[in-house]
Order: sequence, then C-alpha cells, then structure tokens
Amino acid sequence: MSAAQWRKAMNAGAQAQAWPRQRRVAVAPAAPAADSRSYATPSLPAWLRWISQRVSARHVLVMAFVLIYPWVATPFFTFQIGGQALVLGLIALSLTFLGGYGGMISLAQMTVAGIAGYMVAIFGTSSMPEISLGWPWWVVVPLAIAIATACGALIGWLSVRTEGIYTIMITLAIGVAFHYLMQQNYSLFNGWQGFQRVLTPQVLGIDWRSPIPYYYLVLFWALAGYFLVKYLVRTPFGIALQGIRDNPRRMNALGFNVIAHRVVAYAVAGLIAAVGGVLLVWYNGLITPGSVGTGWLINILIIAVLGGMRHPIGPFLGAIVFVLLQNFAIDVFDRERFNLVIGAMFLAIVLFSPDGLLGLWQRLRARLAAGDAQSRLSTPRPSRRFVKGGSQP
Amino acid sequence: MSRFWRWFWALAIGGPLAVFAVWALATNERLFFVTLLNGLTLAALYFIVASGFTLVFGLMRNVNLAHGSLYLLGGYLGYVAAERTGWYLLAVATGFAGAALVGLAMQVAIFRFMQGQDLRQTMVTIALSIIIADLLLWTFGGQVHQLSPPEWLDGPLRGLPVINAYSKFRLALLPLGIAIGVALWLFLNRTRVGMLIRAGVDDRGMLSASGVNVNLVFAVTFLIGAGLAGFGGVIGAVELSMVPGEDVRLLLASLIVVIVGGMGSVVGAAVGAAILGVAETFGLAYAPTYSVVFTFVILVLVLAFRPRGILGRPA
Repeated sequence: MSAAQWRKAMNAGAQAQAWPRQRRVAVAPAAPAADSRSYATPSLPAWLRWISQRVSARHVLVMAFVLIYPWVATPFFTFQIGGQALVLGLIALSLTFLGGYGGMISLAQMTVAGIAGYMVAIFGTSSMPEISLGWPWWVVVPLAIAIATACGALIGWLSVRTEGIYTIMITLAIGVAFHYLMQQNYSLFNGWQGFQRVLTPQVLGIDWRSPIPYYYLVLFWALAGYFLVKYLVRTPFGIALQGIRDNPRRMNALGFNVIAHRVVAYAVAGLIAAVGGVLLVWYNGLITPGSVGTGWLINILIIAVLGGMRHPIGPFLGAIVFVLLQNFAIDVFDRERFNLVIGAMFLAIVLFSPDGLLGLWQRLRARLAAGDAQSRLSTPRPSRRFVKGGSQP
Repeated sequence: MSRFWRWFWALAIGGPLAVFAVWALATNERLFFVTLLNGLTLAALYFIVASGFTLVFGLMRNVNLAHGSLYLLGGYLGYVAAERTGWYLLAVATGFAGAALVGLAMQVAIFRFMQGQDLRQTMVTIALSIIIADLLLWTFGGQVHQLSPPEWLDGPLRGLPVINAYSKFRLALLPLGIAIGVALWLFLNRTRVGMLIRAGVDDRGMLSASGVNVNLVFAVTFLIGAGLAGFGGVIGAVELSMVPGEDVRLLLASLIVVIVGGMGSVVGAAVGAAILGVAETFGLAYAPTYSVVFTFVILVLVLAFRPRGILGRPA
C-alpha cells in the first residue's frame, strides 16, 4: 500500500468518524413524525393533521408576505428586486441542492441556465431573425429546458469522474470555456452581441413581462423548485445522495451506484437551473456572453454561500441580499466598485460564517437559547452546522 | 483496456490529426509551421503560469482560483517598473516578487488557518480574485496595456527556413519555458527544499511528524507558485496584452492544463500546456469561431479516458 493510498484510507476513516454523528440527524426526523401521530387529536381529518404538523405560524407569515408583496410594493420593487431575487434564488437553489445535499460544488449552474436562455433565443424570437427560428413558446420552452437539463447531466457526468475539489475546477473550466465559445461564435450564437429583444410570450391575454404577472410567474416556479428540493431530499434517492455526500465509499460498499446518483443529482439541478434560465432570459429580455461570464458563474456561488447551503430557503435569502446590495450599494459606494463590495462580503462570510446567513441565524438562536437555559450546564450546544430538518419538528 | 481498444482509440484520435497535418502541409506549409510555433510559444507561457498552479495544488490541495489575478497583478507591476526604469529584467523581477509577496501574504494570513478545508480555501481564493481584479481595474483602468519587449528581443528574426521571419521575443519563450521547466524539475528533485515539498505532496502528516516545519514548506511553495504566476504575467504583458479579463483567460488555461496534464505534476503541466497551446492556436488559425470547441474536446477526451489527467496519479 503506497503512502498516498494509506493516507486516503486514513482520511476516509477519520471522516467516517467525524461526520455521521452530526449528519445522521438529517435522516432522523422520519421516526418522530411517525410517533407523533398517536399524540394528534383523532377528530381532525388526516390531511388537516398532516398540514398542522408541517406548517407553523412563520411559514404562513412568509407565504402571506410573498403573496401580498406585489400589491404593496412599487413596480420597481416587485420586478427589479422581487422578481430578480426569485429568479437568481431559483438558479442558486440548484447549486444548493448539489452542494448542500450532494456535496458537489458546481460553478457551471449559470452555464446550464445560460444554455436554456440561448435555446429560448435561438428557437424562439429575437432581434436576429436570420438565426432565431421563431417557433411558438409552447414548443420552445420545453425544448430549451430539455436541452439544458441534458447539458447539465452531461456536465455532471464529466465532473463526477473525479472527486471532491476537482469538481469545482472542472465545472469552472467548462463554464468559462462555454462563455468563450458564445463570445467567439457568430454563426450560431451571434458572438458579442448575443440576442436582444427576446420577448416574453403573451399567454391568455396577459403580458407576462409586466411586473405583477412576472412576479407571480417567478414566484410559482421558485416555490415549485423549493418544494421539489424539500420533497426530493426526503425520498430514498435524496437520503442516498446525502449518504454519498457523507461517505461515498461506504455507500458504494452498501451497493449504491455512487456515480449514477451523482449524475441524477446533476440532472435534477440542471432542470431547476434551466427553468431559472428561461425565466432569467425573459427578465432581461436579452442574452449575451456576459450573462454566462465568469462574474455570473461566481455570483451564483456567492448567492448560494451567502444564504447558506444547508436548507433550500438559503439561496433565496442570499439572492435577496445580493439584489438589494446590487441596487442600493451604489448609493453608498461608487457604482463601479460593486465587485469590491460583493467580494469583500463574500470573503467575510466564508471566513467568519461558512454556513452563511442561515448559519448566523442558527448561532444567534443557539446563543439566545443558551441564555434562557443557563442553569442547565450539561446541555450540549446545538450543532453549529445547520442540518436540514434537524432543528424544527 | 485491451490492446485492441488501445489501437482503436489511438487510430480514432491520431488518424484524423495525421490527415489534417498532411492536408495543412500540402495546402499551406508556412501557415502550418507558423501556427505550430505560435502554439508552442503560447504553450511556454501556459506552462510557466500553470506550473505554479499545479505546484500549489499538489502540495496543499489548495485550488488557487486567484492564480489568474496574481498573473495579472505581476503583469501590471512589471509594466509600472518598466515604465519607470525602462529595464525589462527589472520588470520581470518586480512582477515575480510582487506576485510572490501577495501569495505569501495570502498563505500566511489566511490559508494557514484553514488547512485541510479544501472547499473553504477555494472560496476564499474566489473572493480574493474578485477583490484583486477590481482593485486592478480601479488602479489601471479598463484600457489595454501593452509592454514592449526589451531591445535585444525586439523585432523579427529573419532568414529562417520555410517561415522566413518570426518574432524574436516569442521565439525566446521556447527556451525560456524549457529552462524554467528544467530548473523546476532540478529544484524539486535535486535540492533539499524540493525533497521536502515532494514529501509533503505524498504525506503531509508524516513530513510534519519527522520534525519539518510544514508551514514553512507551504509558505515557500506558495511563494514560488505565486511568483511564477507573476513572472508569467510580465511575459504575457508583452506576448498578449494586459486588460481586465485576461486573468480569467489564464486561469482557464491553468485549469485545463492541470486537468489535462495531471494535477500536481510538473511534467504533466508541460504536456498539458503543449497540448492546449497547440490546439488553441491551430483552432484559431483553421476554425476561428469554433476554436474553444477543441478545448472542450480535449477536456472531454481526457476526463473520459484518464480522469486524473494524462500523467496524474491517484491522489
């Protein structure tokens, strides 16, 4: 056994000892849920009981807020802040799903979204009639999403061939190379200019690009993505994926096909990013190589990390902060220096709170709880890591 | 892989390349050789930059995504030094030293405290690359800066067979790249520090246990790795040009070189740089709007058949 093999075996062993204690919590809540059925009042119908177990006051509050929001906010806040934050959050959600539950940080999620956007522009209508085919939206959108999802799975298949930190290198290389391809190719992707005037279709007589319809459209898909991820991580596939994240060798030994699970995770993330990409191209009304440039590849990572990767709500929080900063940091700082601000903020988050804003919130709650129960000295501090489903009943 | 498949793939990949070479030689001999030379000199630059990247990654498992920013920083510092003094060698020294010091500061102030946390280190380098790129944009503006080569390398070298004339500076890059490769190889294989670095690549814990100050070894490696990026920056400032965005281009090149060549291997970096440099220039010369596709194809082929790179070892 060579030194390198030995080290790998030792590392894997050390990981196996270090991780599962905290992470196993993620799988645990299934059992208490089954127990609590006996405590619930028997007079309630089953579906109401199901809802009352899962929905708490703050869920209702947040839901009510996002539904009422466009009626109280100005069109600017509805479209530029609300709409944009939800779209970017949806794309970052795909990264959260991959990174938080699959343990794979892909920088190519914006590339997948960009592929969907380019496909919408090429198959649909744009300012370039010699390239755009002008097909109707109900053909274009499913086609674009299908192609982008396939590309997402392909990127996944390429990057899961090596493990760990290599993923970030390979996906970054793919993303940047895609950007250069878009920039230099004129016959198919129209080079520098990209595609302008990619119009949102008018369906049912509603202009879906006007603020309020667009907001609800994006909200619907953001919620769909959120609940899809919430649902998926409880399915056998999701549980196996989390097992693979924690210890791929063990899962392999248990008979799970590690590679297949990872590629499927990439495909699911690709689907979410593709939907986000279609919505983003409608938001901007155009797509250019700049939309899939390195800056945006990294911005998606920043959004996901800023919010926190341990829960699907994280990317949406991160996107709200990001969009607010993008729009209002210019009043405080120079507009030109936005990158400096966002870079410094990202650095601070990575250095001081690797679990993002959710991690900060969790620590704050832990501290408050510790203040309440000072007398109970033996109470262990709650895990610093924000584990999905671990803290709320 | 059985012998049959080995031959099959060698033919499937090598056959079209050979056909292309014959066709290109028959139609335009000069273009072919000029492109080849362009590719090899570009490969020399890629190798200089990527060898620093692969050195740091091999020892510390630190994917330094700020490597491109260090490249650009070295280029701008060299530009300033050359403008002030007019002495190209001083510019090279300034570029090397400036980038090396920034790299050293990064290692000593930040990475030392998060050893073994690959992902977190990588995210820190991403944040640093955004910050450095924006500071450079702030200081030097968005216009193109071009450093002129030193007088003794200025202008073309005439009287060459087939291609007639070729830029002296670019031609000089070829021996320079080889010299740096050989120097790096000698340093890693024949000196004590190099031995410590190689030992650290194989087993960091064991090296530390045998009484070596691993942090010092890490700091030296980071110094050299970042310095090579800055050194490449000054060369690139003449060969290419300096403009915001070049950092990403060289970062992409470094990433592909180490993915293709094998992570952490200096010889692999040379092989990867040669493949990428030649493929890129041939792409630009013969299929200008699709040249990046060749980069994709190389990446896909290598990852499909040798996921750890051509000369990569299992980590």
